[in-house]
Amino acid sequence: MPMSDRITEKLSILADAAKYDVSCASSGSDRKNNNNGLGNASNGICHAYTEDGRCVSLLKILLTNHCIFDCAYCVSRKSNDIKRAAFTVQEVVDLTINFYRRNYIEGLFLSSGIFKNADYTMERLVSVAKKLRTEHKFNGYIHLKTIPGASDELVKEAGLWADRLSINVEMPTEKSLALLAPDKNRADMLKPMQFLKDAIIQNKEEKKLFASTPMFAPAGQSTQMVIGATPETDLEILWLANGFYKKFNMRRVYYSGYVPISNDNRLPAIGTPVPMIRENRLYQADWLMRFYGFKVQEIVNHENPLLDTDIDPKLSWALRNLQLFPVDINKAGYEVIVRIPGIGIQSAQKICAARKFRRLNSTHLQKLGIAYNRAKYFISSDTEFEKKDWHPNQIKSFILKEGNSKYEANFSPQLKLF
Amino acid sequence: MTVVVYDGSFEGLLTAVFEVYEYKLPQPFIAREAATTGSLFGETHTVITNAEKSNRVYQKLKAIISAKTIKQLYDTYLSEIKEIENVLLRFIQYALQSNFTIENDYTKADVLLIQQTSKKVNREKHRMKAFVRFQLTKDQLYYCIIQPDYNVLPLIGKHFKERYADQRWLLYDGLRKYGLYYNGETVEEVQMHFEADLNNEQNLATLHDEKEELYQQLWKQYFSSVNIQARKNMKLHIRQMPKRYWRYLVEKQ
Ligand code: SF4
Repeated sequence: MPMSDRITEKLSILADAAKYDVSCASSGSDRKNNNNGLGNASNGICHAYTEDGRCVSLLKILLTNHCIFDCAYCVSRKSNDIKRAAFTVQEVVDLTINFYRRNYIEGLFLSSGIFKNADYTMERLVSVAKKLRTEHKFNGYIHLKTIPGASDELVKEAGLWADRLSINVEMPTEKSLALLAPDKNRADMLKPMQFLKDAIIQNKEEKKLFASTPMFAPAGQSTQMVIGATPETDLEILWLANGFYKKFNMRRVYYSGYVPISNDNRLPAIGTPVPMIRENRLYQADWLMRFYGFKVQEIVNHENPLLDTDIDPKLSWALRNLQLFPVDINKAGYEVIVRIPGIGIQSAQKICAARKFRRLNSTHLQKLGIAYNRAKYFISSDTEFEKKDWHPNQIKSFILKEGNSKYEANFSPQLKLF
Repeated sequence: MTVVVYDGSFEGLLTAVFEVYEYKLPQPFIAREAATTGSLFGETHTVITNAEKSNRVYQKLKAIISAKTIKQLYDTYLSEIKEIENVLLRFIQYALQSNFTIENDYTKADVLLIQQTSKKVNREKHRMKAFVRFQLTKDQLYYCIIQPDYNVLPLIGKHFKERYADQRWLLYDGLRKYGLYYNGETVEEVQMHFEADLNNEQNLATLHDEKEELYQQLWKQYFSSVNIQARKNMKLHIRQMPKRYWRYLVEKQ
């Protein structure tokens, strides 16, 4: 086989195996190109979108899909009969540099199956990043997966070269992890998360004292869990995510709707639809926690352990709390306005700025670009606004009649029954 | 009505604004040279771009509106939308008349339009940062031909210079017939006509670096490998990558 075919084949195998890790973020770093080298990591650009609508920002590949573990939900598991391949360190470096120079990518997201043992694998991931930074003066974005069980020294070195590190928690509960990934245990995941959190804080402190302190994982750490492979509720998932944000200063928690890849009877059968709507609702809930000032218990709680699939979590919250509405758009504070269904962060800011000039009425609001047909049930300003005492279910059905969701095409037949 | 003709440059536009006041031009209507066919119903006033006059308008604007809004005026100008000059003129007139800051007065049509137009121009700028695909020539020049909806080259040069500081590159706007060339030290505006050569496959093969084809293939391979068939959602895909951009994209060829 000619050299170029071999590398093409490797790329197809090792990109295919890496694609189930949904993170492709390349933002949150501020690495500059001040050594007259190649690239910077401060933009977070999506260079392409896959046909399934996900952002392609990084070259996301595995170093190898050989693995000594047997996690049931993973295509690379030891017992799976698939083609195996492995890149050399140099091959990954060359691909990254050449893709980057052509403006295909923001950088590299490198993960790997575990070959031999955790440290042996981690060492190779680290050497790719080191080579890029030192030999090629590469300042683009690098995200390295931390292999559970790798030594603190290697994790620390990874942080010196990478912008972001991640350890996937994989399953929302320990019980599910024990069921599906018998080789793994949660302590091996939480320990490096804690280690990284401390190292990042320490680095920030040192930076304050000495400007020359080298960067350490400037884009922080993230994690991912698989959704819908196991029976956890959204309550369990979001409370865990909330804990990650609070306890480990996690930058992002990713939710990956399980794509059935196996006939293992511990898992949903092949052909079961990917829970894309649920995944989307979890992301919306996650945004509400991170940017809209919602507490996790306002979104999911013991009375409402599941997110609605037919409406978004902000609308659900508003319908459960109609006593807080209508909100006076001309008087209420920004934090209150931003909670109104149909009004996003930018619209809320515009409203607060524009109302200083004159009282806003419904015509103004429509021009400002809010989703007025949704918001109108929750706001008041002057007599123009409808002030009927609708029942939550009535409002919901009015809004649903108007809705056209970008995920509609993927509503599975089962979901349509609701 | 007075048709105020300027040369299409931003400096020229600011000079025109200055002269609207200087000569107290009645019912001014600013238009680009190329866009005017002469006025049927009034006078024509021709503006000669003048650095001092434009700078005086600029300084005045700086005194009464924020740097962010001045940037929005510039971005809006780059949209090249028909008659946008007059929206800008009315905005400036409104700002000069008012003894309060008007830039957030979004219920005024011109204010809102400028905010929205600058947002559109910026979206196009981001798309160009994202969708440019450089191709490498034998003499190690990375080039890409783009056809942006708005004139965004002036907005993206800095980004590409900072990012690709160690490689020579050329970005060419095929619609507006000019480009930016980075020689390894500075970015220069260049005028040239070279599309004829590049439309021909054979020319390309002789022009390209020997590895160019390989990396294009690898990128296509990558793009198709990361797709998850079970999650396919073309509606969303096309909204994110509108078809008019596909012509730049190696992975869409
Ligand atoms: S350790 Fe990672 S690569 Fe290996 S089977 Fe488990 S999830 Fe897959």
